Amino acid sequence: MKWTRRDLLKGLGGLPILGAVWWAGAATTVDKRKERTEILETLDIQPSLPNTYQGFSGKPINVGIIGFGIRGEQLCRALGFATKEWMDEMALEMEENPNDKRLEDFLNQEKLNINLAGVCDIFDMRAEKAMRSFSTDANKIKRYSTYQEMIHSGAIDAVVIATPDHWHAPMAIEALNNGVHVYVEKPMTHTIEETYRLREAANNSEAVFSVGHQHRQTLSFKTAEDIVNKGTLGHISLIQTNTNRNDDNGAWNYEMAEQANEQTIDWQQFLGTAPEIPFNRNHFFRWRKWSAYGSGLSGDLLTHDYDRLNCVLHMGIPEAVMASGGIYTHNDGRNVPDVLQVNMEFPQYSKGSSQIKGKERGMTFCYSASLGNSFNRPTILMGHDATMELGNRLTIWPDAGSTRFAEMLEDGKMNPSIPIYQYDPAANSPDAISSATSQYFADKGLMWTYVNGVRVDSTFLHMREWLGVIKNGGKVSCGIKEGFEEAISAHMAGISWKLGKRIEWDPEQEIIKPIEDIDFDGVLLSNEILNFDFINVS
Amino acid sequence: MTINQNKTTLVVTLLRVLVGWHFLYEGIVKLYNPDWTAYGYLATAQGPMKPLFNTLLHEGTMPWVDTLNMAALLIVGVTLLLGVFERVGAFIGIGLLALYYLAHPSFPGLPQINVEGNYWFVNKNLIELMVCTLLFYYPTGQYFGINSLKKRKAIKTVEK
Repeated sequence: MKWTRRDLLKGLGGLPILGAVWWAGAATTVDKRKERTEILETLDIQPSLPNTYQGFSGKPINVGIIGFGIRGEQLCRALGFATKEWMDEMALEMEENPNDKRLEDFLNQEKLNINLAGVCDIFDMRAEKAMRSFSTDANKIKRYSTYQEMIHSGAIDAVVIATPDHWHAPMAIEALNNGVHVYVEKPMTHTIEETYRLREAANNSEAVFSVGHQHRQTLSFKTAEDIVNKGTLGHISLIQTNTNRNDDNGAWNYEMAEQANEQTIDWQQFLGTAPEIPFNRNHFFRWRKWSAYGSGLSGDLLTHDYDRLNCVLHMGIPEAVMASGGIYTHNDGRNVPDVLQVNMEFPQYSKGSSQIKGKERGMTFCYSASLGNSFNRPTILMGHDATMELGNRLTIWPDAGSTRFAEMLEDGKMNPSIPIYQYDPAANSPDAISSATSQYFADKGLMWTYVNGVRVDSTFLHMREWLGVIKNGGKVSCGIKEGFEEAISAHMAGISWKLGKRIEWDPEQEIIKPIEDIDFDGVLLSNEILNFDFINVS
Repeated sequence: MTINQNKTTLVVTLLRVLVGWHFLYEGIVKLYNPDWTAYGYLATAQGPMKPLFNTLLHEGTMPWVDTLNMAALLIVGVTLLLGVFERVGAFIGIGLLALYYLAHPSFPGLPQINVEGNYWFVNKNLIELMVCTLLFYYPTGQYFGINSLKKRKAIKTVEK
């Protein structure tokens, strides 16, 4: 057997090609990974892991729900209690769209060691729905006709408050003064005066107080905090957050139940301290549209965006707030704006700088909202060195004028149009240089937030945290300090819009700087749109 | 019209080398990137086979899917480039490409995800699949490839 050179060439000619392709593939991939590792090492970001959570056992916590409307029902589901009506509706939705996992997610939700013991709703239909849905042979849900009766009953350890805004503080204070734990929806309060009283009550009470800003459980926000603290973005001078809605539900024009009348609704209890007016279904179901009961965009939705950023930046109460806007998209008798722009000034804000000392300090937080357009404007943190889009996912782009990344930008290792970091709690690993593909997948919502492989609702996590602290001690993530900052900031925005004036905070005395002849709470509650310099509503 | 056998063989051999090259490079890039996963590709599967592909998306199955895919790509690449067991390689190639095609078929009405051209039923995966079918029925390893050495060895043995 003898092979000629020609035989060998024909027989083994493929080998050098194989070697070349192998080398090229390996070299390119290893190089890319090296560049990526270099960027990741420069950034040194620690993606956050789910909180370790200690369950609670022993005697179940007796929870009472005050307000069983839209949000009240959602909160009950987070506690593990869904109405039959909702389950049937979700089963139908799932039949139509197998990708609708809401029912499945609810059924898979971890069971909390609680006992839903009582309901307080001034509308018979809602209270009866709760009793019908959640009563079992072993546990009859009791209806209380007033919140005082529930709090003083001795049968309730903790209350969940999901009422119109003007009832948040009175109920929370009453509960805290009587040692009953409180979970209250946002905004924490309706007036400035009660914000201080609630803070005092919470500080003096042994009971655990939590404000319903469930986004504090979002994993990406903890990573975002690490990113900001490490100076990845450089000095942040501007934050843009937005509300973009364009539908009846989003504009608070909720459905009005036919059964609602003076016989089925305790109208006087609904009004409380609000101005006396005859029974009005529109006001009862769509209370968010009037400042006598609700707080409009500044209390309802700005609070979410403010607290989202406050949990990342801890910027506290702004030194000054200016707001403008109007009723431009839903001129239906409401007196809260449906288009609102709020600028909050934080002149002392600084988390370090990549430039010469003293050059950078201060930040504006800009909230822009419309109930007449739903184009998705993301939340953007704008720093000297990079820009971060903040959501369930995080994406960071280097800035062309960055000092910190100047060298890497010049070497072509970074490009202002290509993200240098993307965080997705559902992805296998953080992606330094995001491809168009992974961007696409994430944008389509195909990658959910998973905790130990299960998709979970952040409201569930937030309530579980509150209940866990009640049983095991510890600290809630949105307690009275955070709630106080949220409420004051929102009220400053509300007053500024109504007066058309710049509203300032005095951090030393912890008061809103007084304006002569103006009663701020009177302005907040007023059903008039003021906008006059000379008005005196006290 | 007569078919020039030699030129046809030459063209098919070249085709074999190019397809092998393509598969090998795809396999190598995955081999050297431990973070690579087919998760996204499978999670966005479309068309009638979507449920089947989605069932693979489990924590336990994904590493197997990823490894098998990478190994299959390498096998197809090596066999086609070297001209040895090339029919096995072509067969595996057909299987792989059929899966890729079915996960994201170019059917009218389905959104086209991550494609650089415009397709109606026929896309590049389907064409490469047909090329692999050709390679399966028209092996060229005995002209260019390790198989040619085997053949030579066999002839020598007979001559003895």
